[in-house]
Amino acid sequence: MSLETVVFYIFGGLMVVSSLAIVVSRSIVRSAVWLLGTLVSAGVLYFLLSANFLGAIQLIVYAGGILILIVFGVMLTAKSPYVRFNARPREIAITALVGVILFAGLSGLMLATDWPAIPDAAPEREVRPVADIGRSLLTQYLIPFELVSVLLLAVMIGAAYLASPEKK
Amino acid sequence: MLEIGLSHYLIVSAFVFCAGIAVMTLKRNAVGILIGAELVLNAANLNFIACGRYRVGGLDGQIAAAFVIVLAAAEAAIALAIFLSFYNSHATIDVDHGDALKG
Repeated sequence: MSLETVVFYIFGGLMVVSSLAIVVSRSIVRSAVWLLGTLVSAGVLYFLLSANFLGAIQLIVYAGGILILIVFGVMLTAKSPYVRFNARPREIAITALVGVILFAGLSGLMLATDWPAIPDAAPEREVRPVADIGRSLLTQYLIPFELVSVLLLAVMIGAAYLASPEKK
Repeated sequence: MLEIGLSHYLIVSAFVFCAGIAVMTLKRNAVGILIGAELVLNAANLNFIACGRYRVGGLDGQIAAAFVIVLAAAEAAIALAIFLSFYNSHATIDVDHGDALKG
């Protein structure tokens, strides 16, 4: 049993367990903590898939940034008078049914599909993710890159506008 | 079973996707719905990177995943700003109370 297999089963299992725990936990703070487990194990799986750069970005942006943002959102909105976040039994039953059917369908489809292989997989040349991603972001993917930068500017302005208190 | 391949990653990401859908339908807290959306986006990212590693080759999958991460961060920022604004006017973030267009 290789190291890759062991690491995959540990962190894939952690990802599955913590995403299931997000579903079943009642308190939103616990959901946020379990989200940390999902995000970190997704980052480890990226490292396992030899996507070093994406793994680092996942840990920094998701586990460091988005999760903090979500915890802030939870803290700032915690004192809600009508806290009635428990789902009714009927809703739980419907959700469980839909989830199980969806998972069975998706995984059955994925296992049944004959994914085409890489034309020449074996002579995989030396991939240096950071340098190559940077180069292709500024050559092949230049237009999406610029669009994303404009989007980030719009998001910054929009978030500041939406959160400003004296907007009428 | 012991040899890790594409299908292992696809199964894990299918499970996380379904968990995200379940979270989005089950939670009534708006932040909980945002957490569900993050789960779905992570599942998609895992698929991008796994397919790029095992089938497509090259870095296209990783670049698509990088764009998804950027969009997820933008979405989280905007969504939390909306939630805070909603909380200021409604004193709750129960999404069932957000049924009016004019706040």
